[in-house]
Amino acid sequence: MTVFFHELKRGRMSLLIWTAAIAFMISVTILIYPQMKPQMQQMDEMVSNMGSFSAAFGMDKMGMSRFIDYFSLECGNTLGIGGAMFAALMGVTALAKEEREHTAEFLCTLPLSRSRIVLGKLLAVAAQIVILNLAVAGCAVGCAAAIGESVEAGIMIPLLLSFLLLELETAALCFGVSAFLRGNGLGIGLGLALGLYFINLISNITEDAKSLKYITPFAYTDGAYIIEHRSLQWEYLAVGAALTAAAIAAAFLKYRKKDLAG
Amino acid sequence: MKAIQTIELTKRYGRHRGIEKVSLAVDEGDFFGFIGPNGAGKSTTIRTLLGLISPTGGSAEIFGKSIVGDNTEILAEVGYLPSEAVFYSGMKVRDILSFAAKARRKNCAAEAARLCERLELDPNRKINELSLGNRKKVGIVLAMQHDPRLYIMDEPTGGLDPLMQQEFFSLLRERNAKGATVFLSSHILSDVTRYCRHAAVIREGAILVSDSVEKLAHTGVKRVSLRGVGALSQIPGATELRFENNNASFLYRGDQTELIRALSGTSFEDITIADPDFEEIFLHYYSREGK
Repeated sequence: MTVFFHELKRGRMSLLIWTAAIAFMISVTILIYPQMKPQMQQMDEMVSNMGSFSAAFGMDKMGMSRFIDYFSLECGNTLGIGGAMFAALMGVTALAKEEREHTAEFLCTLPLSRSRIVLGKLLAVAAQIVILNLAVAGCAVGCAAAIGESVEAGIMIPLLLSFLLLELETAALCFGVSAFLRGNGLGIGLGLALGLYFINLISNITEDAKSLKYITPFAYTDGAYIIEHRSLQWEYLAVGAALTAAAIAAAFLKYRKKDLAG
Repeated sequence: MKAIQTIELTKRYGRHRGIEKVSLAVDEGDFFGFIGPNGAGKSTTIRTLLGLISPTGGSAEIFGKSIVGDNTEILAEVGYLPSEAVFYSGMKVRDILSFAAKARRKNCAAEAARLCERLELDPNRKINELSLGNRKKVGIVLAMQHDPRLYIMDEPTGGLDPLMQQEFFSLLRERNAKGATVFLSSHILSDVTRYCRHAAVIREGAILVSDSVEKLAHTGVKRVSLRGVGALSQIPGATELRFENNNASFLYRGDQTELIRALSGTSFEDITIADPDFEEIFLHYYSREGK
């Protein structure tokens, strides 16, 4: 637990900034909804004529005239991309930063086993992601109430949960990668997050690429499906859970035996 | 039981040399010097002992515990001072010290305060505001605050001013007098001759010699200096011959009667035959006895 709290303390500024930025953007998006509402009908018609572009963002399967549709599309993109980038960043730097900043020698000559260090860091990354999502969710619900829109818990909870799971999986994949890194993994982390995002866009456009949905956690965040079924798509989640477990296992196995740079 | 025992400990990197079959034995309570030029493998040996890197061959034990299997237990009994002490830059000295103490599940506050005072280190400063020497002091406090059984010091005096070096060594000697073992790596010979009882010399990843400092200083090699020499005939056993302005100087290993016999045909004004100084002996080890 020493490492866990140490990590939370070290990461508190970055958590605060990311949470504030994402919460701010989502609040603004929600608060301008009343002004946008009259135009949404027109928007619906326009979007329905845009073919694969609207398919890419899942806009072909639902309108935007209901608040929840608007929320899942507009806020979904912000929370999805923003949250995934934050998660990737946290995941990919967690282990690698010790070697990059030459603090690995200090940390790993304390009587803490490598496994405990990995566990502490992993839990700290997960906790930071949960904190960010709770804060953003609270903010979103508050803003929705402020403009007089109510959202059904039965939809809102799986929707927000899908983003949390997306972020946790992205973080785990990056965490697994970071165990193998010596230097700065930021490029790899952000590249991975954006890559997974684009894989999802492609799989939305082409029926042939639909099976790609199994490998990208962005598939969970299909607002149209969640709104219609009030549930997540378990077959994607199962694959995601396996990938997450594999990445975490790889991180433990690698870091336990890793030669640390001085 | 030995404090440190390594048997043919080997670490090969892809590109770098690492260490090759390093066998060392350090008794508990010893003050042991580990000498070698930069890049000889001192840090590699130490980092392997501490489990920061895994050996590719051989074995090593610290207080009878295997460096591979019992790493965490070993680290609990070791105080390690890295050659380049780097810490989390945004943190205060006080927070680093208490983080390390927490990780060791030990309350070290009183000892840490005492050490900070002796080393004139302000625990309220932030790490990134500290000079190299002051960061080194943080490293020293971290290595000492939990009162370990074994001190592993990698190039400890770099960055410290002479007064602080003295204070540092008197701290180490106090701990050593109370029974702790000190393993000190250095390329500064005077540190080793002044403080260490035993020493090993490492060069190009291999141990050249390991013995008491006293014995290492008496190697049977003599420094022979001649003044006012005309011409010098070939002397078997002479090395590092220097000859200029009618003065000759060389190292001689072997029977001294033979030396006198070899010199009998030479005319000179003055001769001294003396033990070479310690510095010279080690330079000799460094330069000649490698592979």
